[in-house]
Amino acid sequence: MSSFTLISAALRRKKTRTFLTFSSVVFAFLIFGVLSMLQTAFSMGAEIANEDRLVVRHRVSLFQLLPQSYEADMEEIPGVVDAMHMTWFGGVYQDPSNFFMQSPVEPAEYLDMYPEILVPEEAKLRWIETRNGAIAGRALVERLGWEVGDRIPIQPTIWRQQGRGDDAWEFELVGVYDADVEGFDQTQFLFRYDFFDEARSFGRGQVGWFMVRIADPDRAPEIAAAIDDTFRNSAAETKSESEGAFAAGFANQVGNLGLIVTSILGAVFFTILLVAGNTMAQSVRERIGEIGLLKALGFTSSRVQRLVLMESVTLVTTAGFLGMVLAVGLERVLRPALAAYFPGLFLRPEDLLLGLGLAVVTGLVVGIFPARRAMRLETALALRRL
Amino acid sequence: MSEADPAGTAAGNGAAAEAMVDVRGVSRTFHRGRTPVPVLRDLSLRMEKGEFLALMGPSGSGKSTLLNLIAGLDRPTGGEVIVGGSAIHRLSERKLAGWRARNVGFVFQFSNLLGALSAERNVAVPLLLTSFSARERRRRVDIALEIVGLSARGKHRPRELSGGEQQRVGIARALVNDPALLVCDEPTGDLDRTTSAEILDLLVALNRDHGKTILMVTHDPVAAERASRTLHLEDGRLAECGHDGTIEVPVHEPAGAAV
Ligand SMILES: Nc1ncnc2c1ncn2[C@@H]1O[C@H](COP(=O)(O)OP(=O)(O)O)[C@@H](O)[C@H]1O
Ligand SMILES: [Mg+2]
Repeated sequence: MSSFTLISAALRRKKTRTFLTFSSVVFAFLIFGVLSMLQTAFSMGAEIANEDRLVVRHRVSLFQLLPQSYEADMEEIPGVVDAMHMTWFGGVYQDPSNFFMQSPVEPAEYLDMYPEILVPEEAKLRWIETRNGAIAGRALVERLGWEVGDRIPIQPTIWRQQGRGDDAWEFELVGVYDADVEGFDQTQFLFRYDFFDEARSFGRGQVGWFMVRIADPDRAPEIAAAIDDTFRNSAAETKSESEGAFAAGFANQVGNLGLIVTSILGAVFFTILLVAGNTMAQSVRERIGEIGLLKALGFTSSRVQRLVLMESVTLVTTAGFLGMVLAVGLERVLRPALAAYFPGLFLRPEDLLLGLGLAVVTGLVVGIFPARRAMRLETALALRRL
Repeated sequence: MSEADPAGTAAGNGAAAEAMVDVRGVSRTFHRGRTPVPVLRDLSLRMEKGEFLALMGPSGSGKSTLLNLIAGLDRPTGGEVIVGGSAIHRLSERKLAGWRARNVGFVFQFSNLLGALSAERNVAVPLLLTSFSARERRRRVDIALEIVGLSARGKHRPRELSGGEQQRVGIARALVNDPALLVCDEPTGDLDRTTSAEILDLLVALNRDHGKTILMVTHDPVAAERASRTLHLEDGRLAECGHDGTIEVPVHEPAGAAV
């Protein structure tokens, strides 16, 4: 028998109340885990963004085009190592619900720019040999049941083929890529720019945006400014920013998700403080006589304070830990199931740690006032409540 | 003990052996808002080792207040409280808590056991404050339960025990640290006649066979009759009390005269 016997006895006094409080704390931490996962999923681009990459887009909007010739101009700017372009294709494969990102790229340039992408050597060779060749992310290929060598027809919504009306573009899947970075989008469909540029019915020589690698991430703002200066007063002015800022801006267009998540979490934890705080306050109020008795038996005030604090920490922390464990379990189930739609859906270790830390802190905060009250109780007076 | 000096005010003359309880010129004033409420005024009381003293008096006369002072639960506004040779009115809160754990056993009107714990675990609660080995704790719990006649019911929860049995568990808990002094505040107040008699038998046995000094507050003249001496507290004064309940000798001597 130890002090813990007393703590557990106090928690078992009102089993239903303890259970209800416990469950709501478990649930709150589960919500915390799930929201953290969602937030990670939506801000993934920003999370995995490389500090040494800039995104250069049209100053007015992402959907206006830039001359492909800018690439060579940018590579002249001191500090720029390499530049590469992409273009939003926006086609439909069989059904609009099959949405995935499609873009023409220059294969060698693309693979240089994204070393985190893993493509088998033979797929690279076939891509260079095959004019209408395309590669796709592992998750996308699995979701749509493709196999290397398949013909993939994609219906244009913007980019029609010259002289072919609404006919579908025909691509050939030459390879599948993996990514060695957690959360890297594995649902892209990438095909050759030369094939695209020659066949499209308008906008030849125009591209969507550029990715620019720079030598020194610390000089990113300066180089971004230099790029924008280069094209100032031209027909297509640019706006350059770091990949992280770009991705964050993109996520923010979804709605300020970070703020929403933070507000929900704030509300959840405020509720927890009230629910668990009320339970603890009530529990101490009902036990005034009992606490007086412990003091009479020789328990010091500070020992009584510690007991009540430990009671609260035990209740909230075990519930919080359980909530986080359930969140991890849920992640294990959801992540493979949703990988094809929601590539970044995972619980980051730092969020898990944050949850566990939060559980301990919440337990302490909830317990502190009831514990002080118990500590201050005058023994003789408290005994009158027996 | 001297029949002529029931309140023990002669303690200061040094002739008698060291008393178990020596209360000298004690006063205790509470405050109701800003109004001072004097409950005990210049009260003196001496209890010898091995004595079983019953304290009677009307409700609100200050019996519990006096008991609390002697048991180190409360401190006097003035005067001295010496128990087992320690001037406990001078101890800090923290020291007083430790002193209580070692020297006083408490029995209350309601046994106030922790409902979620078995009888034996309730008895073991005061042992959490000691450094005894698990084995020694076990032994002490067994002995305490044995003394109160509940060896067989150690595993039971309080709600599975009768009122009298619960009170016995409370007494076992008071005994487990083997204190010299037991203070009982209306220990039979919540029990029927028969059960009361059993509890009083137990207290008498603890006094007679185990040498416990007992201070018992009670309303019940039948209970008081079992004690070796009865004092009556009224209007802040202590008086010796006959077993028929009549006050025989009004005693109140100023502390100054005694010391
Ligand atoms: N902690 C306290 N604060 C204020 N008044 C108290 C306190 N304890 C006791 N009293 C008052 O002192 C008086 C004596 O109380 P008590 O010693 O409990 O009486 P008894 O035990 O003889 O019934 C009562 O009027 C009670 O209200
Ligand atoms: Mg009383």
